[in-house]
Amino acid sequence: MTHTVSEHCEDCPVHNLGNLTRLGINMHQVDFVVALAGNPNTGKSTVFNALTGLRQHTGNWPGKTVARAEGGFEYGNKRFKIVDLPGTYSLLSNSTDEEVARDFILFGQPDVTVIVVDATRLERNLNLVLQVLEITDRAVLCVNLMDEARRNGIAVDVRQLARELGIPVVAASARQEEGIPELLKSIYEVASGTYVCRPYRLEKTSPSLEKAIGTLTAQLKSEFPDLPNTRWIALRLLEGDQKIIDSVKSGELKGLYRANSVNRVPQTAATAP
Amino acid sequence: MDNKDSILSTAHALRYEIGEDIHDTLVGAIYHDAELIASRVTSRPDGKKASTFGATLDRFLTNRWFGFPLMFLLLAVVFWLTVEGANVPSGMIASVLVDMVHPWLRDTLTSLNSPWWLTGVLADGVYLAMAWVISVMLPPMAIFFPLFTLAEDFGYLPRVAFNMDSLFRKAGAHGKQALSLTMGFGCNAAGVVATRIIDSPRERLIAIITNNFSLCNGRWPTQILIASIFFGALVPAHLAGIITAGAVVIVALLGIAFTLIVSWGLSHTILKGQASAFSLELPPYRPPRLLQTLYTSLIDRTIIVLWRAIVFAAPAGAVIWLVSNIHVGGVTIAELFIDWSDPFAFVLGLNGVILLAYIIAIPANEIVIPTVLMLTVLSAKLTGVGSGAGVMFELDEANAVADVLRVGGWTVLTGVNVMLFSLLHNPCSTTIYTIYKETKSVKWTIVATVLPIVMGLVICFAVAQAYRLVVG
Repeated sequence: MTHTVSEHCEDCPVHNLGNLTRLGINMHQVDFVVALAGNPNTGKSTVFNALTGLRQHTGNWPGKTVARAEGGFEYGNKRFKIVDLPGTYSLLSNSTDEEVARDFILFGQPDVTVIVVDATRLERNLNLVLQVLEITDRAVLCVNLMDEARRNGIAVDVRQLARELGIPVVAASARQEEGIPELLKSIYEVASGTYVCRPYRLEKTSPSLEKAIGTLTAQLKSEFPDLPNTRWIALRLLEGDQKIIDSVKSGELKGLYRANSVNRVPQTAATAP
Repeated sequence: MDNKDSILSTAHALRYEIGEDIHDTLVGAIYHDAELIASRVTSRPDGKKASTFGATLDRFLTNRWFGFPLMFLLLAVVFWLTVEGANVPSGMIASVLVDMVHPWLRDTLTSLNSPWWLTGVLADGVYLAMAWVISVMLPPMAIFFPLFTLAEDFGYLPRVAFNMDSLFRKAGAHGKQALSLTMGFGCNAAGVVATRIIDSPRERLIAIITNNFSLCNGRWPTQILIASIFFGALVPAHLAGIITAGAVVIVALLGIAFTLIVSWGLSHTILKGQASAFSLELPPYRPPRLLQTLYTSLIDRTIIVLWRAIVFAAPAGAVIWLVSNIHVGGVTIAELFIDWSDPFAFVLGLNGVILLAYIIAIPANEIVIPTVLMLTVLSAKLTGVGSGAGVMFELDEANAVADVLRVGGWTVLTGVNVMLFSLLHNPCSTTIYTIYKETKSVKWTIVATVLPIVMGLVICFAVAQAYRLVVG
């Protein structure tokens, strides 16, 4: 299914949404895996439904999604699998729903992690964004509920935010499908490597901490060569996260990685639509 | 010493070398940077104040004094709408499925030379059980679920949790249990799954074990019907709806009370521990989307729950027909069991019919009432009502149901105890299976199954004795 489009069309949201095929639960032969993370009650499930055409139940209360839900869509001749993770405030504690989210971003190695935030509560939501950016390099920020922000007289400068965070930032009102075309485009660009993220990293306050992370990362790399995000694991070990300590001890760390990873077709060079 | 151990010991040594609280440093850095970035990109250009509507509403809905009464009032209004609104469509569906389709199905089967017992099992057992479940359950669900979903979409559920948080904390349980409890009002299996939002395994177990005390959708029709017969009928017709809704609310509140008492008991005995603190974000009120709500509540909830009920009702219908048509020594199995268990049931303020109905209805709570009626007719040898042994039938009016029950020896005590027993008995099979899947423990599954039924027997016994002592 190849059709030539003029250059102007590429930037046009109408064309992009027309390019979207909602695949529902059909997730065979996916090229890319997208994780959907965010604070509770920011509209992740609404974004999920808009992309997949599924009707994952949405509700106005935190903690509605407790397990991960999966769906598929096709865009720009590539097939995407999208995983709706439970909403969490952080990735640092140990409740079941936070572990589901953390393990998937950490070990499932999604090609893109879309972080959905509430435009009216940006500061609190950014806490999670910064934590996700510590784990993964490839992320897209979806500033959702822009309509509510407008009603409350709050303006969010998404271009400035994109510069600050080093990842694509899209303003959206998912309930009205506003911003979904732009979100798709950004997901595609990050997944295919056309957009290279330079994610914001925390300015560490202590040099001794940085040095310790360096030492530990080197050791982890030699023991678990396949493991992504050794830096984050090192940090968790230094903090004394019992679950991570146990999984290093038992060698389960590799197992966690495999259990969460998703089958996809061998990567081929992707080109922009 | 292998590499893994050396990694861990290095980490351990480094942790002390750094000497500072890494967690605090990290969280501090995250908060600091988040605040900085947020302040650079957000502004209030027109200087408009944040909407005060939500804050004003919250002052009422989560008020120390009004919070609970408003909650009960809202609950009562929802039930009242459900009770009043469901009567007419229920009757219409029943007249089609029972009065028109059922005779046609019988005739068709007979004309196909089906033996009498096969016609009986299929048309009078399986089909009628399914027809009853559809006509009794579909209309109330089609009203109750959209109303519940509207409240959910609007943002009311977290306020309920907020109101009840301190009660749960005093009971030694987690405040978020209020949310899984509310989900349980829809379906206990869903409520048990929703306990995943609770971090501590101890508090999560408490929430799982007590979820059955939230009256689920399968039990609402029983409550509503019995309440309208035994309480609604005591007052003039125009008040009947309100009194019925009030009685059902009281039973639902009793369920919440049992949840708190049992949570307290568990957290002070076998599940000892401190209640953990948590922060609950009150989301903004959002205008609910009507069409979306209708769609999701009809498809996601109503149809799925109804389908489950039909699937369970079909075999139960066959069993009902069989136990009331297979004769052992001149009497049917049903009569045999009823006569045998009657003395025991009398002590509980119930009767053998009710016990048998609950046993047959273990797969699904929804079919308790039809089973009770059918078995009552059978055992009381009531003639002129119903279509024959083991045939479930639909009675057009609550009055007719009341007549049948009075002939079956029902009193106000029986009505009260049926409502109590419907609140306090084992969870349905789906919920039991879900509890096992969530806890992965046979022990806790058994506790969650047996505890409510023991409580039900004890409380029915106590009520029966007290009633007989007072009324005589």
